[in-house]
Amino acid sequence: MAQIVIRNLRKDFGAFNAVKSSTFTVEDGEFFMLLGPSGCGKTTTLRMIAGLELPTSGEIFIDGEEVSQRPASKRDIAFVFQMFALYPHMNVRRNISYPLVSQGMARAQVQAKVAEVAGILGIESILDKPVGGLSGGDRQRVALGRAIVRDPKCFLMDEPLGALDAEFREHMSEELRALHDRMRATTVYVTHDQLEAMQMGDKIVVMNHGVVEQFGVPQQIYDWPATLFVATFIGSPPMNFLRFEGTVGRGATEVALGEARFAMPALQEGAHGPLVLGVRPEHVTLDDAAPYRGRVLATEYLGTTQIVTLDTPHGQIKARVRSDAPVRVGGATGLALDARTLSLFDAASGRALRSAANAEVLAHG
Amino acid sequence: MAEVSLHGVTKRFGAEVALNDVTLTVPDGAFVVLLGPTGAGKTTLLRIVSGLDRPDAGEVRIGGQDVAALTPAQRNVAMVFQQYSLYPHLTVRENLAFPLKSPLLRTPAAEIARKVAEVAAMLQIAHKLDNKATALSGGEMQRVSIGRALVRRPTVYLMDEPLSSLDAKLRADLRVELKDIQAKSGATFLYVTHDQVEAMTMATHVGVLDHGRLVQFGTPREIYENPVSLYAASRLGQPRINLLPAGLFQGAPPQAATIGLRPEQIVQGEGEDSLVTRVEHLGDQTRLHLSFKNHDLISVTDAHTPLTPGDIVQIRADRPFWFDATGARIA
Repeated sequence: MAQIVIRNLRKDFGAFNAVKSSTFTVEDGEFFMLLGPSGCGKTTTLRMIAGLELPTSGEIFIDGEEVSQRPASKRDIAFVFQMFALYPHMNVRRNISYPLVSQGMARAQVQAKVAEVAGILGIESILDKPVGGLSGGDRQRVALGRAIVRDPKCFLMDEPLGALDAEFREHMSEELRALHDRMRATTVYVTHDQLEAMQMGDKIVVMNHGVVEQFGVPQQIYDWPATLFVATFIGSPPMNFLRFEGTVGRGATEVALGEARFAMPALQEGAHGPLVLGVRPEHVTLDDAAPYRGRVLATEYLGTTQIVTLDTPHGQIKARVRSDAPVRVGGATGLALDARTLSLFDAASGRALRSAANAEVLAHG
Repeated sequence: MAEVSLHGVTKRFGAEVALNDVTLTVPDGAFVVLLGPTGAGKTTLLRIVSGLDRPDAGEVRIGGQDVAALTPAQRNVAMVFQQYSLYPHLTVRENLAFPLKSPLLRTPAAEIARKVAEVAAMLQIAHKLDNKATALSGGEMQRVSIGRALVRRPTVYLMDEPLSSLDAKLRADLRVELKDIQAKSGATFLYVTHDQVEAMTMATHVGVLDHGRLVQFGTPREIYENPVSLYAASRLGQPRINLLPAGLFQGAPPQAATIGLRPEQIVQGEGEDSLVTRVEHLGDQTRLHLSFKNHDLISVTDAHTPLTPGDIVQIRADRPFWFDATGARIA
C-alpha cells in the first residue's frame, strides 16, 4: 500500500480551470475523503490521481514515485465508479477473476485469490450466479471484489454509494469502512455528502471552485472551519452566522455586536469592517437569563434532539437542543453562545481569523 | 382544504396484496407522512386517494364525500411525483401558470402572475422563470413540478417522495418551506417518503406501513418514544435503534425476545463492560460502536470524547423497549 502526495496540482479544460493548485497528502492506509459540491474539482482531482486525466501542471507521487504523466495502467491503482460496471454476460466469479486472468495469473492462484476476496466480502454463496439478477448491494460488493482482487497500491472511489437509497447507503458505508479497517488499504473517496465524509473519513479535503479550502481531521474541520464555505458546507444544520460591522484587535477576548457582547477565544489577528461571528447550532443555548434576545420561529423534532429556528437582531439562527426541552413557537427567549467554540470570520475574504482556539488547526489546513 | 379518510381499503396486484384493510383519517389541515420501505404500499395508497388506481375493497372519502365515482380531476387533488413531469415546450413560467389557466378556475391574469412569482420565489427558481423547462437541472425541474402543485388550492396535496432527487441543502430548505406553507395555509398534505428526517420534521402525524398494513399512526414523537412494534421502532431514529437478544440485559420481562435501545436509552459509565470498536466523529456528536457480550451496538456520546477503539465503557439499559418473538412491544 502507498502514500499519495499531491503537489501544486492544476487542471485546465481549455479556458476553464477545474483544479487551481491543490496540495495535500494521503498517508499510507488512510481513508481519505475528497468533499465538495458538484463542479468543485473533486472528481477531476481523483481522475488525475488515477491517470484518467493528465494534469496541466503539478506533481503526483504514489509511493514516492512521480506518476503524473503516466497512463492509468502503469499506476497500479483500482478505480471504483458510481455506476458499478460489471460484465453482464459473466457470472460473479468470472467478473472478479477477470483482472487476474487478463494479467496471465495461473489458474490455481486465481481460484485461491477469488476465494479469499469472496470471503472478505461475504459473497461466497453468489459466486456462480449471473450478475444480472443481483441486488444493488451485491453488485456493489462484486465491483469492490474486482478492485480488491488485484492488491493495488490504492483504491480510488468516485461516489460509489451515490446511486443507493438512504437506508441502504448507510449500511453499505458501514460495510465499506469495516472492510477498510480490516485491509488498511489507502483509499481516496469522492463524495458531495458531508455526513458520509465525516462518518467514513480519517481525513477530509474540502474543495470549492477548484480550490482546496481546508484539509484535516473531520472533527477539527467541523470545530474550526478555515473559511465561511467550510463552515456552511460541513454540519447539518450548518454553522450559524451573525453578521455585523465592527473592529477587533489582536488579543481581544470578546466581540461587540451592537449592544451585545460575546466572549470568545483570544484573537491572534485584528480585523475591521464586515465581520461574521460563527456558532454551531449545538453551542447555542436557550437561556432566559441571557441578555441577547431572540424569538422562536419554528421547531423540528428529531428524536434525541430538536432544531429550533430563531429570529435574532442579526438574522435567523438555529439551535440544537434536547427534544425534551420545552420550546414555545412565537415565544421570546434569551440566547447564550458557548464562548469556547466561537469562530470569527472576515466577511470580505471569507477567511477565519486566527484565535487561541483554532490557530493550530488552521496552521496545517 | 378537506379531511381525507380511508375505510378498509384493500388493493391487490395479482397475487400480491399491496394494501391490506387500511383505515386511516387525515384530518383537515394535517400533514400526514406515510413511512415505510420500498414495497410497503405507500405509493399505492396515494394513487388510490388521487383516483389513479381503484381499491378492490373499501372506500375513500374526501371532505366527507365518497369519491369512488369521481375521476382524478373531479377529486381536485394536486399530486407531485418523485419523477418530475413538465411540459417540455413551455417555459418555467408557463408550466407554473398552467394549472391556473384551467377553464374551470378562470383565474385573472394579474392573480396568475402574482401566484407564479410567489411560488417561484419560495422554491428559489425565480431567476429561471423564462427558461425552457428542458433547460433546467434535475433539481430545478423537480422544484417546478412542486411549484405547479402549490399554485393551486386543491382539496389535498398528495406528494410522492418529492424531495428525494434534490441535494441535501435544498432538501433541508424545502422541508422547512413545505411545513411552513402547510402551517400557514392550513392545507391538508398526504406525503410519502422513506426519509425519516422528512417524516420527523414535517409531519403532524406519521402512518407506518408494513407490507400493506397500517401498523401505527401518531405524532412523530409518539412513534419515536412509544413504538408499538419492533418494526415501527426501527422506522425512526439515527443512528438506528439497537435490537439485541433480551437476555443480554437485566430486567427482561417474561416473553421478551428482543430489547430495543435507542442511544438515549443507553447510560454510559455504569453497568457492564463493553468494548469500543470504532469512534465516528460527526461534528455535533460522536457515535460509539460498541461490542457488548459479542453483540454490536451503536451509542452516541460527546463530540469531543477521549474514547478510542480498544477502550472499555460500562453501559446500562435505561427504560428500554421490550419486544416479544413476533416483534410486538410488550414493555
